[in-house]
Amino acid sequence: MKAGSDLEKVFEAGKFAVTAEIGPPQSANPEPLLQHARMLKGMADAFNLTDNQTAVVRLSSIASAAIVMREGLEPVIQMTCRDRNRIALQSDLLGASAIGVKNVLCLTGDHQTFGNEKAAKSVFDFDSVSELYTFNKLRTEGLQSGGNVIEDEPPKLYLGCAENPFATPFEFRAMRLAKKVNAGADFVQTQAIFDMDMFETWMDEVRGRSLDKKVHIMAGVIPMKTAGAARYMKNKVPGMIVPNHIIDRMKTASDPKKEGIKLCVEQIEAFKNIKGVHGVHIMAVKWEEIVPSIVDAAGLLPRPSLK
Amino acid sequence: MAEREPKVVGYCCEKHGIECVNLAARSGKQYDASIRLVRVPCTGRVDGMHILRALEDGADAVFVLGCLEKNCYYDTGSIEGRKRVDYVKSMLSQVGIEPERVEMFNASSSMAWKFPEIVSTMTDVAKRLGPIEPRGDRQ
Amino acid sequence: MIVAERKPLGEIVEMIAQLHKVTVIGCRSCVAICLAGGEKEVKMLISALKLKNRKEGRKQEFDGFVLERQCEKEWVKEVDDKILASDVILSMSCSLGAQTIADMYPEKVVVPGLNTAMFGVPEEQGMWSEKCLGCGDCIIHTTGGICPIARCAKSMLNGPCGGSSDGHCEVNLDIECAWYAIHERLKLQGRLDLLEAVRPPKDWTPSHSGGRRIIVREDAKLTQHQKRGKEAVI
Repeated sequence: MKAGSDLEKVFEAGKFAVTAEIGPPQSANPEPLLQHARMLKGMADAFNLTDNQTAVVRLSSIASAAIVMREGLEPVIQMTCRDRNRIALQSDLLGASAIGVKNVLCLTGDHQTFGNEKAAKSVFDFDSVSELYTFNKLRTEGLQSGGNVIEDEPPKLYLGCAENPFATPFEFRAMRLAKKVNAGADFVQTQAIFDMDMFETWMDEVRGRSLDKKVHIMAGVIPMKTAGAARYMKNKVPGMIVPNHIIDRMKTASDPKKEGIKLCVEQIEAFKNIKGVHGVHIMAVKWEEIVPSIVDAAGLLPRPSLK
Repeated sequence: MAEREPKVVGYCCEKHGIECVNLAARSGKQYDASIRLVRVPCTGRVDGMHILRALEDGADAVFVLGCLEKNCYYDTGSIEGRKRVDYVKSMLSQVGIEPERVEMFNASSSMAWKFPEIVSTMTDVAKRLGPIEPRGDRQ
Repeated sequence: MIVAERKPLGEIVEMIAQLHKVTVIGCRSCVAICLAGGEKEVKMLISALKLKNRKEGRKQEFDGFVLERQCEKEWVKEVDDKILASDVILSMSCSLGAQTIADMYPEKVVVPGLNTAMFGVPEEQGMWSEKCLGCGDCIIHTTGGICPIARCAKSMLNGPCGGSSDGHCEVNLDIECAWYAIHERLKLQGRLDLLEAVRPPKDWTPSHSGGRRIIVREDAKLTQHQKRGKEAVI
């Protein structure tokens, strides 16, 4: 065991893992987080707390993790390289570990021009790969990027990363995952999948490089409420591919919300049968309350309780 | 006091531009004689510098007359001319001077009516706006 | 080359508002090539400023010069008397030229007429693009001759982020994704293996992050003796 997190235990036990995303509020009010925590407890093995997602200022992911931990949820903190240099990233990592955070997702981060602080000075001292590389050295050797060795016990971490099979150049995407695995990633959560054929192609390459044996792959899904949401993701979100048949299906559905859930559940069923996929990551953006019904309908409840 | 004569300078290309002027004269068209024409080989040769210099030296309005954009003797010269005029217009707006004091026109050698029309447009602008000077002085 | 853009005229007017004798100094190097501070631009700026003053009934004296290279003291000295006689120097050079004058004449007010934007190249007439950030540790031999530090919005060193869409950057879809371009270039050269290795965190000390940089070439520097001799000649 690297960190002994619930997520790690589920993977080690060979079970199909579930993570879900919780977006921290744009305020100092912990109440929305607590509400989500109470609602989602037991519905997934661990919960991602996003790090100022799309470069919008929000309650910090580490503080959010501390808050949801009070309700007994296991957090996955997301740490982007956009806002912190290596001093801050390593310091925050030590801090997170000290308060009991075990799962960390290493991300480069959305560029600040997408958010509400466009005038910010960008940092990008690391990219997600060098972040993973550094965090891995920290946990295994206690070695900081500057060469300092932590004399006390190194932090115990379970390291994750993201990968987008749908961003260009497509043929580089499996190689990029390989780099992340070599840098120290234990698990990967993919960008939301809508094009199952493309995902299968990527998985072929991933298996071709035997990466499925070295990293736990969690397929990403986003439940949609409307056809408009599907179109928006297709047209406005860089690096996202939404096939027309999905948009049509949402458009013609008598109850689009129900259809969105159904689509999600079908996808999860399919993922269970794809060799190398070890879990699902549900990103119900601003629709967190739907996670229990999806997990239930996909036959993933109750979540395993592992010692 | 006698009405002040408007000062208009025109940079005119020696291909279609000047032919259009000559044709107007030959066809007996009437136009204000107070304008000063500067012959240039091509309106692509007119620089923002020249236009601004004319204003600086006392012109109330400046126009550039070149070939039709799709029939320019030097292929793309009059397109260049228009871009320079547009740039000068943007500079003028930035310093609070009416950009309509500067205009680009295009004509072909067969458009007899065009030159008198340009002259009247620009002298109207010059009369309306007057010299570049503090507003208070013109009361 | 260094690429700069003229400041909005309103901003320039404001900077020189209270000063009477204005000397506008351009530069024939980079900023002339990028149409920001060469001979024409100096003349047009003076014309525009004079017209504004005339319209508003304000009096200011303008003079204009263009130096071969404003960032070198030898060239600046050519207009020494003009600088000394002015109330303000409006530099139409990159900030390096403006600062050279400011450092040579500490008692003079020097204001920037241009915004210095980047190290870039003329891509086509009227278009310049950024290609270097001066990080002090060039690695383009490993990236197909394309600098990811300058050409990737996130200065990524391990390949494209998840926002690369149809080969375009997520920040601006009109701009190519640098890593897409690197991948294409290395594929063409049959050297995609260069991308396999994990690139550890970059050492930024040779860049501005290591503090202001000064480069010294001892073999090129003049000795005290040589300096004395040179001063005697001048």
